[in-house]
Amino acid sequence: MKVLVAVKRVVDHNVKVRVLADGSDVDIGSAKRAMNPFDEIAVEEAVRLKEAGVASEVVVVSCGVAACQDTLRSALAMGADRAVLVDTAAELQPLAVARLLHALCQREQPQLVICGKQAIDDDAGQTGQMLAALLDWPQATNASKLRPGDGHIEVTREIDGGSEVLALTLPAVLTTDLRLNEPRFVSLPNLMKAKKKPVDSVTPESLGVDVAPRLRTLHMAPPPARTPGVRVDSVAQLMERLRAEAQVI
Amino acid sequence: MKTLVIAEHDNAVLHPVTLHAVTAALQFGGEIDLLVAGHDCAVVAGQARRIAGVARVLHADAAHYADQLAEPLTELLRSVLAGTADHYTHVVAAAGGFARNLLPRVAARLGVAPVTDVVRIESPETFVRPIYAGNVLATVQSLDALKMLTVRATAFAAAPTGGDCPVLPLAAAADPACSRLVARQRVQGGRPDLGSARVVVSGGRALGSADNFRRLLEPLADTLNAALGASRAAVDAGFVGNDSQVGQTGRVVAPELYIAVGISGAIQHVAGMKDSRVIVAINRDADAPIFGIADYGLVADIFEAVPALTQALAGCGEGNFSS
Ligand SMILES: Cc1cc2nc3c(=O)[nH]c(=O)nc-3n(C[C@H](O)[C@H](O)[C@H](O)COP(=O)(O)OP(=O)(O)OC[C@H]3O[C@@H](n4cnc5c(N)ncnc54)[C@H](O)[C@@H]3O)c2cc1C
Ligand SMILES: Nc1ncnc2c1ncn2[C@@H]1O[C@H](COP(=O)(O)O)[C@@H](O)[C@H]1O
Repeated sequence: MKVLVAVKRVVDHNVKVRVLADGSDVDIGSAKRAMNPFDEIAVEEAVRLKEAGVASEVVVVSCGVAACQDTLRSALAMGADRAVLVDTAAELQPLAVARLLHALCQREQPQLVICGKQAIDDDAGQTGQMLAALLDWPQATNASKLRPGDGHIEVTREIDGGSEVLALTLPAVLTTDLRLNEPRFVSLPNLMKAKKKPVDSVTPESLGVDVAPRLRTLHMAPPPARTPGVRVDSVAQLMERLRAEAQVI
Repeated sequence: MKTLVIAEHDNAVLHPVTLHAVTAALQFGGEIDLLVAGHDCAVVAGQARRIAGVARVLHADAAHYADQLAEPLTELLRSVLAGTADHYTHVVAAAGGFARNLLPRVAARLGVAPVTDVVRIESPETFVRPIYAGNVLATVQSLDALKMLTVRATAFAAAPTGGDCPVLPLAAAADPACSRLVARQRVQGGRPDLGSARVVVSGGRALGSADNFRRLLEPLADTLNAALGASRAAVDAGFVGNDSQVGQTGRVVAPELYIAVGISGAIQHVAGMKDSRVIVAINRDADAPIFGIADYGLVADIFEAVPALTQALAGCGEGNFSS
């Protein structure tokens, strides 16, 4: 079966993002970028499905500026077969990405789409479910274990306070949680090999998708700072403060 | 202005986060309908109709809603919302696993861009939500006619009960029958739920093992009637189940008291607990970032400080700590 994986280029998780002084946007300028961590997990899982003989081809897709090609190259170096860049400088919100992926799915006809459960920049956690809705396919979000079968797939997913197992008919959309796998490191030889793998480029226009945002960002601000705390020297002092000052015990 | 709130429940008990979603919905000033969709869940509809501020409970009961799967519920919501698009202006659900799974699916069906994890409502179309692991608060305006949002229970108080509204039966929609629940496990422990506990005790990598995690933190949590949380490092190392993870990609909590034990305070962790009223950190590294947000910081070895704290608290008498 063909597996399609959506990978987003985001600001590296180690970067502490700040707001521009005028509150118009975040100040990310030249901050280090990386593949969204959940998408690395998605690529890893797809590649493992291929190594296990379950997947026949792994296609990775990224939507955004030309530099997303770096992200696609990393995915190819992890073992994906080919890549598609949806090339656009427009601001992309989850619904627009879901529509772009929907259009690509109609072209590529995958049996399984794997997204991350959330992008660590917008923290939206929406795209996979929206894609599943547009395709009218079943979904399993927050996947922590897959058991592919014939025409269906069993997915263990994390839920509040526990976990559950769903059986979905294929084709289906999954989103990855942290415990699905541990992504491999990309070796230099594989990175070199990845340079030879094909990267197609399309545009929202060529896919016939209107990506105009439906949410307008009016303002950005840092969260209110907490009033500085105090150090206590002993458990006894801590107890005293919690009782007399904070009145929480 | 008219809002549909989606109730969260397990066919037996209305989840308390629903009360917080109602409070958020009340800020729009219009009428509120509450949707209870499940199976054999009349008892939940009965609980729902007591929430003050709710005008009507819409009760859809069918076997294919028993497991709260996204696919059949989406079809139901689509029929309710598409049929009355000129009717409802807002759809609200409490942020969390259930709504996160469902709401974006419904929204895409209707061509709406949802706004997830709202922490403040500025106007009927303007909402504040955290991005970048809570390092930034974005104020966004929805341009869609129908606004669909999930709201953080920690940012809105619980609506009071004492109401008495009618329950209207709602016809079920067709079952897409493309997904099926095979098994579900919820961690039982007789502890308060992480999302609503008054006190949360969280452990980090420093605990070193599942055994230490239990031995050190359970007695402390017991004396405080606290929920147990954890950092991702503690979960990844298998000290405790994944449902305990607090943070950007785990649960978001805001208890009265949060005690971080052997947790460094990475931004991804802080994103999930920084709105707690009182934060205590115990860490032997005086430079650990967690001290930057702690109200009370104790530089100490957790293997000494935690048993001492447990003992000191136990000495105070237990009656003080019930939630
Ligand atoms: C995509 C992504 C998502 C993430 N999501 C989350 C999330 O939701 N939640 C989360 O928590 N993390 C998350 N993380 C991980 C996060 O970045 C940190 O790695 C993690 O929070 C660290 O956990 P920790 O504080 O337990 O471990 P460490 O950072 O290793 O800290 C352990 C602390 O214990 C102290 N210590 C050690 N021994 C003792 C002792 N005997 N007595 C006292 N103190 C001691 C040390 O001084 C240190 O400060 C995420 C990371 C990524 C990349
Ligand atoms: N611009 C994008 N390009 C490719 N995939 C994306 C993009 N934005 C989001 N995704 C996918 O959707 C997931 C969830 O993103 P979000 O809904 O924004 O939190 C990500 O983990 C990716 O798999």
